[in-house]
Amino acid sequence: MEGVDHLAHERSKAQFDVDQMKVVWVGSRHALQVSDRIARLVASDPVLRKDNRTMMTRKELFKNTLRKAAHGWKRINELRLSGVSPSGRSCFVDLLLFSLLLLSLLLLFLYFSISFFICFNNANYATIVTEEEASWFRHYVDQPAYTDLHWGMFVPFIKGSGTEEQQKKWLPLAYKLQIIGCYAQTELGHGSNVQGLETTATFDPKTDEFVLNSPTLTSSKWWPGGLGKAATHAVAFARLITDGKDHGVNGFIVQLRSLDDHLPLPGITVGDIGMKFGNGAYNSMDNGVLRFDNVRIPRDQMLMRVAQVTREGKYVQSNVPRQLLYGTMVFVRQTIVADASTALSRAVCIATRYSAVRRQFGSENGGVETQVIDYKTQQSRLFPLLASAYAFRFVGEWLKWLYTDVTQKLQANDFSTLPEVHACTAGLKSLTTSATADAIEECRKLCGGHGYLSNSGLPELFAVYVPACTYEGDNVVLLLQVARFLMKTVSQLPSGKKPVGTTSYMGRAEHLIQCRCNVQKVEDWLKPSVILEAFEARAIRMSIACAQDLSKFSNQEEGFAELSSNLAEAAVAHCQLIVVSKFIEKLQQDIPGKGVKEQLQNLCNIYALYIIHKNLGDFLSTGSITAKQGSLANDQLRSLYSKLRPNAIALVDAFNYTDHYLGSVLGRYDGNVYPNLYAEAWKDPLNESVVPDGYREYIQPLLKNQLRNARL
Amino acid sequence: MDGSDHLVHERSKAQFDVEKMKIVWAGSHYAFQVSNRIARLVAGDPAFRKENRAVLSRKDLFKNTLRKAAHAWKRITELGLSEEEASWLRFYVDELSYAYVHWGMFVPAIKGSGTEEQQNKWLPLATNMQIIGTYAQTELGHGSNVRGLETTANFDPKTDEFIIHSPTLTSSKWWPGGLGKIATHAVVYARLITDGQDHGVHGFIVQLRSLDDHLPLPGITVGDIGMKFGSGAFNSMDNGFVRFDHVHIPRSQMLMRVSQVTREGKYVHSNVPRQLVYGAMVYVRQIIVVDASIALSRAVCIAARYSAVRRQFGSQNHEISATGVETHEISGTGVETQVIDYKTQQSRLFPLLASAYAFRFIGEWLKWLYTDLTQKLEANDFSTLPEAHACTAGLKSLTTSAAADGIEECRKLCGGHGYLSSSGLPELYAVFAPACTYEGDNIVLLLQVARFLMKTISKLPSGRNYKLSGTTAYMGHMEHYLIKYSCNVQKAEDWLKPNTILEAFEARAIRMCFSCAQNLTKFADQSEGFSELSTDLVEAAIGHCQLIVVSKFIEKLQQNIEGNGVKQQLETLCYIYALHLIHKNSGDFLSTGSLNPKQASLANDQLRSLYAKVRPNVIALVDAFNYSDHFLGSVLGCYDGNVYPKLYEEACKDPLNDSVVADGYSEYIQPLLNQQLLNARL
Repeated sequence: MEGVDHLAHERSKAQFDVDQMKVVWVGSRHALQVSDRIARLVASDPVLRKDNRTMMTRKELFKNTLRKAAHGWKRINELRLSGVSPSGRSCFVDLLLFSLLLLSLLLLFLYFSISFFICFNNANYATIVTEEEASWFRHYVDQPAYTDLHWGMFVPFIKGSGTEEQQKKWLPLAYKLQIIGCYAQTELGHGSNVQGLETTATFDPKTDEFVLNSPTLTSSKWWPGGLGKAATHAVAFARLITDGKDHGVNGFIVQLRSLDDHLPLPGITVGDIGMKFGNGAYNSMDNGVLRFDNVRIPRDQMLMRVAQVTREGKYVQSNVPRQLLYGTMVFVRQTIVADASTALSRAVCIATRYSAVRRQFGSENGGVETQVIDYKTQQSRLFPLLASAYAFRFVGEWLKWLYTDVTQKLQANDFSTLPEVHACTAGLKSLTTSATADAIEECRKLCGGHGYLSNSGLPELFAVYVPACTYEGDNVVLLLQVARFLMKTVSQLPSGKKPVGTTSYMGRAEHLIQCRCNVQKVEDWLKPSVILEAFEARAIRMSIACAQDLSKFSNQEEGFAELSSNLAEAAVAHCQLIVVSKFIEKLQQDIPGKGVKEQLQNLCNIYALYIIHKNLGDFLSTGSITAKQGSLANDQLRSLYSKLRPNAIALVDAFNYTDHYLGSVLGRYDGNVYPNLYAEAWKDPLNESVVPDGYREYIQPLLKNQLRNARL
Repeated sequence: MDGSDHLVHERSKAQFDVEKMKIVWAGSHYAFQVSNRIARLVAGDPAFRKENRAVLSRKDLFKNTLRKAAHAWKRITELGLSEEEASWLRFYVDELSYAYVHWGMFVPAIKGSGTEEQQNKWLPLATNMQIIGTYAQTELGHGSNVRGLETTANFDPKTDEFIIHSPTLTSSKWWPGGLGKIATHAVVYARLITDGQDHGVHGFIVQLRSLDDHLPLPGITVGDIGMKFGSGAFNSMDNGFVRFDHVHIPRSQMLMRVSQVTREGKYVHSNVPRQLVYGAMVYVRQIIVVDASIALSRAVCIAARYSAVRRQFGSQNHEISATGVETHEISGTGVETQVIDYKTQQSRLFPLLASAYAFRFIGEWLKWLYTDLTQKLEANDFSTLPEAHACTAGLKSLTTSAAADGIEECRKLCGGHGYLSSSGLPELYAVFAPACTYEGDNIVLLLQVARFLMKTISKLPSGRNYKLSGTTAYMGHMEHYLIKYSCNVQKAEDWLKPNTILEAFEARAIRMCFSCAQNLTKFADQSEGFSELSTDLVEAAIGHCQLIVVSKFIEKLQQNIEGNGVKQQLETLCYIYALHLIHKNSGDFLSTGSLNPKQASLANDQLRSLYAKVRPNVIALVDAFNYSDHFLGSVLGCYDGNVYPKLYEEACKDPLNDSVVADGYSEYIQPLLNQQLLNARL
């Protein structure tokens, strides 16, 4: 950050300890130290610069991604060789420590499993710690690449669905990148409905092999990242057929390309599916298409942890409970929630800093114009998003705990909480990704015209982020799963079955149906219990109303389909309650640092009251609050914005994002926006020549069109 | 449209005359014929193909745009197209270029703000394309606040010239389309200074580049501002920056229709009323509203057709367990359900379809309003100007925000494939999104509307009904709505009465406005109150603008509309539009007591029935937009619904598929796969 800090005045206004807030945001002091060190390492490495990304052609962009991934792997191994960390503590203690350190950061979860493996094989503390660094490193490189799917999907699925023997064979190859894997599930004609997949894996008892086929065009595998050009192997999902009988969809490890010359193996047609949303963004990734024409793989390449095919072709279930597999789904979705808070916080950081730099109107009396962050219309759009970033951060942190908890229970054969955990992660994935995608775009609009420039960073952030609303479960489909679970929970209430976890409030249905919100003045809206009860009342009343409407249908499935929009709304209400309640719970913990807790309380209130204002129809129609109380909530919200205002810049500084990671001229730490916008503009390829390529052919003849002039 | 029509079954279900609906959509039989003819002309010309746009590098994309623009001009002159036909042709070429700014901003600015003499000099040059113009207002540091512009035009009486100058970095002109690389001239907005006195912002015609070699003239620094949102999209346009270092222009190049600088340097107003200039603003914003209906209808057309093609779930008697994971069942022989048949899909898609029609009709009405206003202005009648101005500002804001969100929603409704460039939706979004910002930031515009509404209310004499004109006429019934009114809906069918709907919207709008006005009175300083309550004021303005759209849709239905079943379909769409707004904004309706919760719930029930009613007509309703596959530019939205083979075919065309083994393999992949040394350490 050279020279003057144009935001120094803003920073001096903060009423809390920013460094302590950084610790709260990232999860622990250790995590802050490591992530901060690696972020700076990546930011200063010229190979990893990313400001030129949007100007590259598809081929250049992709090649550049390959280059960065290779460089990243090289740097990671160099770091590893440097042996930066002390060793000697017991592996077990370190693992525990490690799991605490890793709280909440997106890709970190994905590498947890790797560290685990290495730990037991090497019992080498230095290796564990550098694995943590490696994951931060990949995070800060910040460019979608085949490695995301290799580490994030291929490896976890072999771990989750492979037998011990299979893991021993494949994981070392994958860890050393001697093979590159992808995850091939979705097909051209089949997405959300996994059971509708058409690819077949037919067992041939003569050769002890499976024969993979893509019987139709729509059965082509379509979308897997890394598949198009990079992956040598895939976990491919196909209908298992033995002896003419269809046993449904199972996973298989299939080699796609030769390890010698990278050419596709016989029977395999593979390629890239073409350009995607935005420039840069996911175009750095080779999302691919794959067709099988009688591709043979050995029987032991079916992932056999829960079900197997014997030498004779008999399909048998193992004694491993199937539910264990759902742990992986919970795992993946909770990483997506963490990712939402990361993406949202980036956008909010950019929009907040720029809103403090940008001035518009208000100079009528000759003074400087007003900072746009001082306009209430700007605040009422921006500050709730800042609050949401923190809210999603904490619910992600909590989900991480929930995953650990459910994993322990599953391993002890306790499946009782699984449905609730599953509904909860599905719903929160849906809620946070939808809100984040909308919010990034809102942040772009909050930056006015300049937000539309690629170098604002926001267009690419949006383009990279939006598929999260679709992948790993379409957000509406997920809400309907939540709704189904809620209807089941409601229907079991009379039987006295006690709802657990995030649905335990439903156990107080009788009270919540009758309770009346007792807010009488604006300050009453600052009481956590008042907020919580309003959200609980609204959620349960919407669920119960749905359940009552459902009961009018003789055919339940038909009723569910007919009322699905209402059901989705009830599910949203339930999920918003979870986010609010976990934020409130977080505040009941001890949080050190001057003023830190006060700021978080303010953000929590903003988040909750903003949700009330935005969904006022729900709260009023269910009678959870009165119109007068809704109006008081809105008044309180305005005061909260004023309270937050002097702290806004410090609150986004607490995300501790480097300028490299933010990748935004508007969001620069030093606020020196305009000279840099100007400097960036000059870098566009169109500015390489004063007179553009094409002038002679297409412009000059127009300007000199004498003949046609005569005619006109 | 090769081979079979995969959507033929859908089309056969339509309960109305599609051809007649096409005419309603286009506005007239004549408009339909012209646009249809030109659309086919463009679609049939290989020089205008556009499906390769997303894969081109910036330079290639730009050069390609220049080529198309030149080709378009060639065709226009060869065929001797009328100005109307020419603008249809540019429209269907559907690639943003300098030509849009030249014809859409530069020429109208000279027409609107130039004297007759100036028009005689400049317009022939412009309409013959002997010069190419742009419109340079926005600066790097100044957007919405035009009065804050920093560029200066200092009159030098010695030379009888203006000296155009950019005193600071933030005063650099920034954003004008066509400026970066192409425009030879610009209408530049700058602070007029004569004799040391600042007379505020005026327009000047400034030559930027030599007509001989296209090099920037002395004192002019000009370039492209760089990449923008999305691939393709606005990157085909050279939005530019320009800085002036004491650039001299003759005095006659100030646009002098409403005010002039004399030879002596005296600043004088002409007898042309200043208000006439506002007419131009109304004109531009009215066009943006029409654009919103077009952009939204394109997205809806794509999403509706693909939703009828795409099937998901429903083929088996599978049970979703509480864990959300289906139990394994042998796949049935039945086909899966079309996603358009899911109520969740319908409740997201059909209101957007209805909005496309609603915006179409409001755009049509605005066109009438503009003509009406122009006539009045020319007759020196300025009485309706504030209302017309507020109305167009508000509708620009409402329709562009809704259309931008609607396009992105359509993209999501197409699931994963909507994320592919070949779906057409990413580029459609990227192209349309800036409409929320340009020609007035949408929030700033709503605040202008709110200010007008507060003024209107403050003028209402209390205690009795008062006659008001235009879109604020309902405010004359203030007393009725504040005291007597209560919605009389008792069953779902009651929501099919236009009057009931209208009254509910009027009550909500007026009550929101009134409550803002009351809250404002609590502030000693009005402008402080206005800024403190600005969020509420914005919401009140939205309430007012939604009412306008609903009421104009209802008015449209009171006209004679030909064609079997056409009017019935439009009625259904009108109800869907209105009731969907009630559902989405139920907080407003309930908190103002315009409805009770039971009535809101009945509206929602009625909405579901309306979805079922419109369902069989949906494909025909998007066919009525009469968009060629070329114009739509979407594999998912192709007319024949033959989506999957086309998706596959498009994928094969990506440059990455030029070679089986990717460029970069030997440098960056092979060494990884064979990394013996590193393996040894692990």
